[in-house]
Amino acid sequence: MFYRESGDFKTTYTSDQAIFPLAQDRWFVRAVVVLALVVVPIALYFGGSGSSYWVNTFLLPFFIYSLAAIGLNILVGYCGQISLGTGAFLAVGAYGYYKLTTSFPEINFFILLIGSGVVTAAVGMLFGLPSLRIKGFYLAVATLAAQFFIIWLFYKVPWFYNNNATGQITVPPRELFGLMLTGPAGVLWFKYLVTAAVVILAALIAKNLVRGRIGRSWMAIRDMDIAAELIGVRPMRTKLLAFGVSSFYIGIAGALMFSVYLGAAESGETFGIQQSFDILFMIIIGGLGTILGSFLGAAFIVLLPIVLELLLVNGVGLNTGFAEHVKVVTLGVLILVFLIAEPHGFARLWEITKEKLRLWPFPH
Amino acid sequence: MMFLLETVISGLMTGVMYSLVALGFVLIFKASGMFNFAQGVLALFAGLTLHGLMTGTMPFTHVVYPEYAMPVWLAIPATIGVMILLAVVWERLVMRYMVNQADIILFMSTLGLAFILEGMGDIIWGSDVKVLKLGLPEGASDFLLTNFNLYVDKLEVFAGIVAIVLVTVLAIFFNKTRMGRALRAVADDHQAAMSVGISLRAIWVTVWSVAGIVALVAGVMWGAKSGIQFSLSLIALKALPVLILGGFTSIPGAIVGGLIIGVGEKLAEIYTGDLLNAAFGWDAGIFKAMENWFAYMLALVFLLFRPQGLFGDKIIERI
Repeated sequence: MFYRESGDFKTTYTSDQAIFPLAQDRWFVRAVVVLALVVVPIALYFGGSGSSYWVNTFLLPFFIYSLAAIGLNILVGYCGQISLGTGAFLAVGAYGYYKLTTSFPEINFFILLIGSGVVTAAVGMLFGLPSLRIKGFYLAVATLAAQFFIIWLFYKVPWFYNNNATGQITVPPRELFGLMLTGPAGVLWFKYLVTAAVVILAALIAKNLVRGRIGRSWMAIRDMDIAAELIGVRPMRTKLLAFGVSSFYIGIAGALMFSVYLGAAESGETFGIQQSFDILFMIIIGGLGTILGSFLGAAFIVLLPIVLELLLVNGVGLNTGFAEHVKVVTLGVLILVFLIAEPHGFARLWEITKEKLRLWPFPH
Repeated sequence: MMFLLETVISGLMTGVMYSLVALGFVLIFKASGMFNFAQGVLALFAGLTLHGLMTGTMPFTHVVYPEYAMPVWLAIPATIGVMILLAVVWERLVMRYMVNQADIILFMSTLGLAFILEGMGDIIWGSDVKVLKLGLPEGASDFLLTNFNLYVDKLEVFAGIVAIVLVTVLAIFFNKTRMGRALRAVADDHQAAMSVGISLRAIWVTVWSVAGIVALVAGVMWGAKSGIQFSLSLIALKALPVLILGGFTSIPGAIVGGLIIGVGEKLAEIYTGDLLNAAFGWDAGIFKAMENWFAYMLALVFLLFRPQGLFGDKIIERI
């Protein structure tokens, strides 16, 4: 009744091709963006120190993992190349940012972000080369080579962590627009605002990328690569581009994770194989081949441990060690339940809801 | 020279241990086209169950027989029973709904299983290292030590023999029996297999049971070698390069791949650092602990020449 196409006339090609063709959708998305970029930062600004729990346990990881999930979704969901090397690419982004910011301290934060993204894209394309020859799970295992090799490299070669004694990298304090952004003295609401803005901008770019010629060629390769090759999609360029763009996003996510969110990192501890699996869960639970799904999946995987922690430790009163094991089992069960109930993820549920809404409240 | 020989032998034996885990992967992949990431955790769980039965810490059994510790000959069949039960439950609750799903969804479901088993193992038995006493041969082989001055672990020789027996039995099972053919049909196409009257459910229970039993063997061998502990679930990560080297669909491939990786890894670990040090003057210490990724890189190089692995079925693609 309220949510449908009728009465929403398209008079130009531009409006026909809009990302959100329905006026209601557009207003909803605008409201969400305003909420994320205006309302929440203001609330954090006045919320003071009490809001730091929510920023550090939910908001920052949510946005950063969403970005990484978008990156992986481009590769796995749109181009069909399974990758288990996400953790390593995050590490490349983080270490890239660290090397850049310690070598050129006065350069603008955003340029450093793009720089670390470009470095990661180059590494990603290098490890994407085998995809031209091997497919499916063979490729997945081949990307594990990237995961283990890169983590080992960052752990063993002291140049990457500037020869410091701990082997850790710690983010140096940097300002942006006169406000402290990174390091222990970083301003909380500003950290959030910068992260959210970067991620929303990146998501918008990704959405347009996958709607256009490039995205369609990725999907052609995903659905059947030989057929795609026959109709003139060049597999090498397309696959390497997917690896490059995907790694670029993951690299920026890694740089943000290290600089804004964690502040310190150690290759094996922070960017282990568990990260790769977590992000793969996000895109599968969220929905393969959807940008929206990346956000929903990230929200689910980030929120789940927090909610379980609250329920089990504070609610039921289990001790922390036992609750940890129960958490692992619950996560496993939930994954199975989701895979059985809705293999296409949250994004599909959202589509179904929208379909239902068109008839609501008079379904007949 | 003797040292080199010892390194090679020890590499071969480690390779056999990897193969035992890789076998479970191959079984499931051959029979359901499923990439079973839970194989390592399955081995851990089987080992824990066996240990639990033998020390009387199994839940439910101690309700009936408090503090009843089973002898080995009873505990092993009982563990096999538990693994079969697990396969039945897994089929009933999950696999049944996974017919014709995309490969990546199937893969994810095994990750879910891995989480559940890992958590359950910790909840039931705690996460400390457990020593498994089965009376398997231990220590160095005296014969080789006195006559040839070679240090070879008896347990590893035993593991090698077990692996050979296992592979022979499985190869016969897959190639000569009715069930084996049905399994291969299922791996090819779920729907086509069902349409010619193969019961998918029976197949899946069978194959997961067999994978569970192979996991038990792997769990026992690794458990006897280094104790049953959480890190056992990580040997799955060691078995993956073995798999792609040998080919996902080949049982002998799992063995040969394991041997190549085992030897390559040991040689690389010991000699690369020194060689590069001699050649370029690089710091030899950097190249220690390269075990983690060496196997993957080796497998990757092989893959570039043979995309289906050494013994895998040739990948034929049509439109």
